[in-house]
Amino acid sequence: MSGTFVGMPAFPKAAHEAVANTTLRANLKHATHTIRDKRAKAVAELDDWALLREAGKQIKDHTLRHLDTYLVQLEESVTAAGGTVHWAADADEANRIVTRLVQETGESEVVKVKSMATQEIGLNEALEEAGIAAYETDLAELIVQLGHDRPSHILVPAIHRNRGEIRDIFQKKMGSWGRPAPEGLTDTPAELAEAARLHLREKFLRAKVGISGANFMVAETGTLVVVESEGNGRMCLTLPQTLISVVGIEKIVPTWRDLEVFLQTLPRSSTAERMNPYTSTWTGTTDTDGPQTFHLVLLDNGRTDTLADDIGRQALRCIRCSACLNVCPVYERAGGHAYGSVYPGPIGAILSPQLRGTASDIDASLPYASSLCGACYEVCPVAIDIPEVLVHLRERVAQGGPATRQGNKVVLKPAKGHAAERAAMRAARWAFTHPAALTTGQRLASRTRRLHPRTLPGPGRAWSATRDLPAVPAEPFRDWWQRTHGGKETDK
Amino acid sequence: MSSRDLILGRVRRALGTPATPDTYDHAVDRGYLREHGHRTAAQTVDLLAENLADYRAIVHRCTGGELAGTLALLLDQRGTRSVVTPPGLPESWLSETDAVRVPDEVTNTPAGLDGVDSVVTACAVAIAETGTIVLDGSPDQGRRRITLIPDHHICVVRVPDQVVSSVPQALERLDPTRPLTWISGPSATSDIELDRVEGVHGPRTLEVVLVGGA
Repeated sequence: MSGTFVGMPAFPKAAHEAVANTTLRANLKHATHTIRDKRAKAVAELDDWALLREAGKQIKDHTLRHLDTYLVQLEESVTAAGGTVHWAADADEANRIVTRLVQETGESEVVKVKSMATQEIGLNEALEEAGIAAYETDLAELIVQLGHDRPSHILVPAIHRNRGEIRDIFQKKMGSWGRPAPEGLTDTPAELAEAARLHLREKFLRAKVGISGANFMVAETGTLVVVESEGNGRMCLTLPQTLISVVGIEKIVPTWRDLEVFLQTLPRSSTAERMNPYTSTWTGTTDTDGPQTFHLVLLDNGRTDTLADDIGRQALRCIRCSACLNVCPVYERAGGHAYGSVYPGPIGAILSPQLRGTASDIDASLPYASSLCGACYEVCPVAIDIPEVLVHLRERVAQGGPATRQGNKVVLKPAKGHAAERAAMRAARWAFTHPAALTTGQRLASRTRRLHPRTLPGPGRAWSATRDLPAVPAEPFRDWWQRTHGGKETDK
Repeated sequence: MSSRDLILGRVRRALGTPATPDTYDHAVDRGYLREHGHRTAAQTVDLLAENLADYRAIVHRCTGGELAGTLALLLDQRGTRSVVTPPGLPESWLSETDAVRVPDEVTNTPAGLDGVDSVVTACAVAIAETGTIVLDGSPDQGRRRITLIPDHHICVVRVPDQVVSSVPQALERLDPTRPLTWISGPSATSDIELDRVEGVHGPRTLEVVLVGGA
């Protein structure tokens, strides 16, 4: 993945700083609670939600199990429809391909539809280095780009900004990128949306190259699908002469019919709407309507490594709805930046360490950025068992073991920071397999309980700084059980 | 080695021994509903009108005989002086308006279309459960750009023939090789505090005329 977030501190440190930011917490609480209730209502409208969710899971699982077949089929159908398919093993290669394709058009600016894949590979930065200006056209992406900020949410990258902050960014920054914000701009959402419309329109109308991602790619027909709200997607997909789409290899569905599941579950899960305002589908190129040149860049960048992990591969089912972020108590308090990746929240906590590996501090800490409450799994429209993968990745970080990196099988070493935890677990295992020692130890603990400290000394201090130590009972459970025959005889 | 072979090789190694080719028909349980609830054709049209209005499209109903008058009135109320027309739009539809017609031609530039007030089109199908109209670029709907750049879109839906209940039923009727645009209400955004606000880049006013009967 991109270097945008290189050097991020581990999640606990970043989160510690974020929770102290009261504006951020208020912005996130307001936004996530609004959408949570609305999502529940939108989902409740469909009696067959559980069946749609299961079908979505099965479609994605089947596709992943036969991914090589469907990739080849997709390549054939896109090519037959007039498109050109490129393959990119990693971010650098994808950036090189796109840069070259833009340069071949002779243009020095592009308009972009919001796309997680291009965020992931740091495409804007790569284009900038080549002297190509990439204009983000999604409202939230525009806010992030103008504010020299980082995205903090999958669907609404500027969710950490409230309307007042957005107004200030527009007033200060729009002028240096093109049409300035209107005089006397207030912070009403309608006026802010109008300012974005005016600012971007001149860019849309003169654009010669558009860059997008895609929500779905249909293998049998070669059709790409972009689901959006504002119409900026339609502008970028329709007006330029050249369209370049960068899409992760896991975005395939086998058949046209499969869209009937996801076009019902995605809008309700992401923006809590029966249907999003605009969905565009295109198959290659169409004479005299829309771009006459279409390039599809298929992106691996860690996806095949993720696919190699039997438990972890379910993360590739993700359709980027962001319902898991909106419902997560950790995300709500820590915000998206603490996750150190374009993929924040619960899905980010399982996706980033798999796409990027667990070598860095931030990636090794992400599987722990969860209370394992399971709300993310409940709302996931493709039933990704996020807690299961989190626990699996924790084990990988703490104990090491086999993994796949850049297509090669490697054996990871246990992380250093977990030595004390491993020692404690070894001691526990010994005690539990030696009943006499366990009994002695428990009785000793009960008798000395008045002397126990409230916090742990030494390396345990960090653990007990945010937790109360459990109180030791006056009598060990096993002694109580024997004495009362499991409570059948009343306590004396 | 090409990146194509590299990626396909990684995929195959990741999956291990190829799974027995289970036919796709058996891989997915399609037990979900083809439509939600039971409605007559008229009730389905009512639901479409209700859901369109719920997402702030302005809905009108008239008979075939009244259509030209209705369209003329809507364009007049809007103050429209110029209107883009797809090549296959029935002549009679705009027979009563004075607005200048701008035919949908390949030579129209985006900047030129930006100066046009309104666009009138038919549609390919409409979905009642979601309040969606779908355009497929047929001659009575025109190129995608004409329903995108003008700020005012009037879409005519022939009811009940063009109305289906659900997303699955709509996909059955649509041709994936055509460029499709699914429209559910006017352009909107949820990007400011996750609250829906109408009116960003697409047409900010969407009027839907449900036309049925003589």
